[in-house]
Amino acid sequence: MSPPILELRRLRKTYGSTVAIDDVSLTLGRGEFLTLLGPSGSGKTTTLLTVAGLIEPTAGSILLDSRPIDALPPYRRDIGVVFQSYALFPHLTAARNVAFPLEMRGVPRADIDRRVARALMLVGLPDQAARYPRELSGGQQQRVALARAMVFEPKILLMDEPLGALDRKLREQMQLEIMRLHRELGISVVYVTHDQEEALVMSDRIAVFNRGRIEQIGPATELYEKPATRFVAGFLGESNFFPATVAEATHGYCRLNGGTLRLRARDSGLPVGTRAVVAVRPERMQIADGAGDPGDENGVTGMLSDVIYLGRSRRYVVRLGDGQEVSSYEQVGSERVLGPGTPVQLSWRAEDATALPED
Amino acid sequence: MRAWRWLRGTVCVLVTIYMVAPLAIVVIISFSSAAFLQFPPPGLSLQWYHKAATNPAWLHSFAISVQITLPSALLATLLGTAAALGLSRGRFPGARAVAALLMAPMIVPTIIIAAAVFALAQRWGLYGTITGLVLGHTLLTIPYVTATTLTALETVDRGLEQAALTLGATPWKTFRRVTLPLMLPGVLSGLLFAMVISFDELIVSLFLSTPEVQPVTVHMWSDVRGDVDPTISAVATLLFVFSVVILLAEGALRRRNKPVETIMRPAL
Repeated sequence: MSPPILELRRLRKTYGSTVAIDDVSLTLGRGEFLTLLGPSGSGKTTTLLTVAGLIEPTAGSILLDSRPIDALPPYRRDIGVVFQSYALFPHLTAARNVAFPLEMRGVPRADIDRRVARALMLVGLPDQAARYPRELSGGQQQRVALARAMVFEPKILLMDEPLGALDRKLREQMQLEIMRLHRELGISVVYVTHDQEEALVMSDRIAVFNRGRIEQIGPATELYEKPATRFVAGFLGESNFFPATVAEATHGYCRLNGGTLRLRARDSGLPVGTRAVVAVRPERMQIADGAGDPGDENGVTGMLSDVIYLGRSRRYVVRLGDGQEVSSYEQVGSERVLGPGTPVQLSWRAEDATALPED
Repeated sequence: MRAWRWLRGTVCVLVTIYMVAPLAIVVIISFSSAAFLQFPPPGLSLQWYHKAATNPAWLHSFAISVQITLPSALLATLLGTAAALGLSRGRFPGARAVAALLMAPMIVPTIIIAAAVFALAQRWGLYGTITGLVLGHTLLTIPYVTATTLTALETVDRGLEQAALTLGATPWKTFRRVTLPLMLPGVLSGLLFAMVISFDELIVSLFLSTPEVQPVTVHMWSDVRGDVDPTISAVATLLFVFSVVILLAEGALRRRNKPVETIMRPAL
């Protein structure tokens, strides 16, 4: 395997006593699309701007193409950045904006014209070259910003919530465009977003940030199926959580007791006696009519408090005996319709439950 | 309610008359056909303009004014802009103190500055020289340039400068290609303000000029105190017109270059 194009080693940035990022380490493979996902203030943008050279880290180092770039100013790093605000130069036309990085590199005029035309073609704006940014729509400005960040063929492309200002439909369209460009040009991308759906759609791998640290990094399916922390289980998709104590661990599974609950879940190496939470995805919970006995494990009973029709699916909100609310999704299409106030049972398979350390 | 509106209207009109009347009287007298100051004038004539334009003393003082105003406005613009850049983009200890110091000439009574400049000019042999007057005026106008340029710089998004850096522009090129073009309207406003202020300035000029080297304002001052000749009203009107033209130019500049907002149209 070729060495990673980008490597962050234990990056740390503090502002006074505030820690913006701490112990952030990751690698980006050649041609890989890596998303930094997290709530606002979790350090993902700080990490990105540190890579761009716009923020100086307090500690740690950055290797681009196996060479440390910590001492390089942003204009010597050869990294393309797409900003959330687009940051297009208002006094220059779209074409001159795209030409800017080439002019800074002393590319001959004729080459500049050819490459600018090609870049604008790639982002689908061949006819808007002479327009000023204020004459372009948000989506078009975004495309110009993208063309400008790619035209000089940087080693990597960084994108900071580039679609944050666009409406939903356009955002989904741009997601596909960016993925197409990524595929066609084979660029390595670090993408920042707080939108977990966007992360799931676009990424080869996702790094989930929380409070300045990476909680987990891996392909979307791995993060979704095997979240390593309670935060990841709750932030990427939805999860129901049941507090419990590890009673026994065998063969990749563990038994846990939480009050009257008897639970069996995939083991994440928690020692016996640990306070834990068991995370279960709502769509993996089977809902059944009737009070009855929920079985000897992985089952709860409660009262249906809300049924929300979502088009593709129906969301059931069940209030358990102890007052906790649990969600369950069911594909629409089953003829059975339960109404609020109905006593119900929820059950799930042990392989759909994950025992996680309590925060 | 009605009475209140009447009262308000009357007060507005009276205040306006109070403010405009002296100016109007001067302008009207400047077109008078009488041989001495008389209001209302018996008839209209351009004689005083003719006199001002042919009187070598007035022409000389006009020339002196121009020789002071242009270099001092340019120098103030250069220094004021540099100061604004440092204050807005640099991070250094004592920035606030420097800013306060730069703005001081706006607050410190001009007479005090004039006295201080006078003392220095004498010691440095700049008394009665164009150089001395240029330096004195520069001192007075720097705060205006700094203020307008600082305001202009606030409207230049720092994100644009950061973007330029990531695109391969050195800090100098970032300034040349991004910051400067975007702040230029503010700099030009500052330049125009500096010109108006310098051209109208009397107090510091009074302290630094000699009969040989005296700008228009000082010439007017000494004239008013001697024999009052309506020529002065023609000169005053010309000064007034000059200020109005410059301020209109500044206004036009401001309208044409209002901060570029990003117009977000509905999707594509």
